[in-house]
Amino acid sequence: MSLFFKIPFRLIMNILRSYIFFFHRLAPWLLGTKTNTISVKDKQQTMKKIEAIIKPFKLEEVKESLSEIGVAGMTVSEVKGFGRQKGHTEIYRGSEYTVDFLPKILIQVVVSDETAKAASAAIVKAAKTGKIGDGKVFIYPIEEAVRIRTEENGEEAL
Amino acid sequence: MQPLLGAEEAAVAAEITADAEAEAPAFTTMEEFQAMPLAYPKFMVDNLWILMAAALVFLMHLGFATIESGLTRQKNTVNILFKNVFIISMGVLTYSVWGFNAMYPGDAWSIPGIFAMGSPIANGFEGAAALDSLTSNYADYTYWSDFIFQAMFAATAATIVSGAVAERIKLGSFMIGATILVAVAYPITGSWKWGAGWLDSMGFYDFAGSTLVHAFGGFAALAAVLLLGARRGKYVNGQIKPVLGHSMPLATIGALLLFLGWFGFNGGSVLSADPALVSLVFVTTAMAGCAGGLAAMFFSWIWLKKPDLSMALNGLLAGLVGITAGADVISPFASVLVGAIAGVLVVASVVILDKIKIDDPVGAISVHGTCGIWGTLAVGIFGGSDFSFTTQLIGTLSISAFAFIFSLIVFGLIKATVGLRVSEQEEEQGLDVGEHGVASYPNFQPAVDY
Repeated sequence: MSLFFKIPFRLIMNILRSYIFFFHRLAPWLLGTKTNTISVKDKQQTMKKIEAIIKPFKLEEVKESLSEIGVAGMTVSEVKGFGRQKGHTEIYRGSEYTVDFLPKILIQVVVSDETAKAASAAIVKAAKTGKIGDGKVFIYPIEEAVRIRTEENGEEAL
Repeated sequence: MQPLLGAEEAAVAAEITADAEAEAPAFTTMEEFQAMPLAYPKFMVDNLWILMAAALVFLMHLGFATIESGLTRQKNTVNILFKNVFIISMGVLTYSVWGFNAMYPGDAWSIPGIFAMGSPIANGFEGAAALDSLTSNYADYTYWSDFIFQAMFAATAATIVSGAVAERIKLGSFMIGATILVAVAYPITGSWKWGAGWLDSMGFYDFAGSTLVHAFGGFAALAAVLLLGARRGKYVNGQIKPVLGHSMPLATIGALLLFLGWFGFNGGSVLSADPALVSLVFVTTAMAGCAGGLAAMFFSWIWLKKPDLSMALNGLLAGLVGITAGADVISPFASVLVGAIAGVLVVASVVILDKIKIDDPVGAISVHGTCGIWGTLAVGIFGGSDFSFTTQLIGTLSISAFAFIFSLIVFGLIKATVGLRVSEQEEEQGLDVGEHGVASYPNFQPAVDY
């Protein structure tokens, strides 16, 4: 007896759900905007932050190759780290010790979306030696950027 | 006593001295003394050299300050430098109010040959007193030169301790202990030999202080280190974790400054500007120091797999300490051997002390203690028939033992009353922040502490 009410109720909910789903999926196409999973306001474009950990002596090369593709600024820090590159043993006044952390340089650049792939490729090409310990590149999305002097927003701030 | 001059040179030297002496009775006023054409210029030159040597020994304190800060961690640098500045400031002044007269009592012994009470130095001379103290009646140099030269030596004994106890001793405790060591203990042992005490009567010989200054400081340091304990994190699970010095350039500057100062330390101990002796001493000193450096370099390279700069620096100093007892009586090539053996000994001593968990951040106990004893014994081996190995052994062991026991008592009392060591937290943070409330390199990080 109770089933009599459940079946039509469930059926109606399923139909409704599929309509909602259909319209949600179609709506962007119907409205004529991009089929991106992120919906953004018109004026604002996305930016990317590229973090690259490289061998210290490669810094000059990477800087040159980035400025060749038009990346004007960057922030650089001296860091220590290791991945698969093993440390080495040192000896001081007769006692041995291992040094696991190796000096590296961390480069941080924020670029526009279009430049991100090219910048990343430029870094990889310039920093590569082919030997273990060359480093890594990470790319993050950036929500906002501001130039302090002029208070410009977004890509103009880069 | 010039065993290494040829007969001809000795005759000429004797002639000049005789000429000077022939005129000596003939002055009763300062003006007459200054008018003597041979004796007065000789006195002037001798005295001038002693004063220059005193300045060179003073420079050694800069050497100690830089080598000690270079071989320790950045977070304790201000503390190390402060201790070194304190030592020279305190040392000269305490020597002027007690030490000088306690060390050179003349006839005024309290316990003959063993102990003399101290008293302040003169505050000026007039008339006859001036003739007694500021002319060749006193020595080849004036009373003032005598005092200032010896005062610089006194401070050197305490600064040896400051390196060994670095990075974990409380500042106030160190200041008290070092003051008592320099003011009271150093003049006692010094009087046994240079003050014409019982060791001098036995024929014990220590030209410039391998035992009186260096072994004294090294063994006083050993006692303090035993009471203090090792730095935290140095000996963990039966393993030795090296604590790297933060600035090898500073350490090298320090070692080479010390080498420079040693020309005054040994050269001035001739106590005149005698060309033959002083130039010989310059040569033996330099050759022993260089041999020590080379020996330490190659020994550490072979034994410890890599040529270690800090060992090379310790080797330089070990060679210098080694020749200090006999720089005027050991021949140049024998001094090379003395220095080389000292260079090997210091490397071995540093490693062995580490293995038995005696933590000496700069190697002071090995450089000054071990090689101080070696240098004193070397006089008995290489110095010729005038010297007895047994007498040298007795002398060096008695002074080293006295220094050790005295230091053990003094620092032991300090440990029992106000405490010797900083808290764990302060040691982790660094003594600069803990004791001085300041960072040594506030805007700049030349080295990262692990």
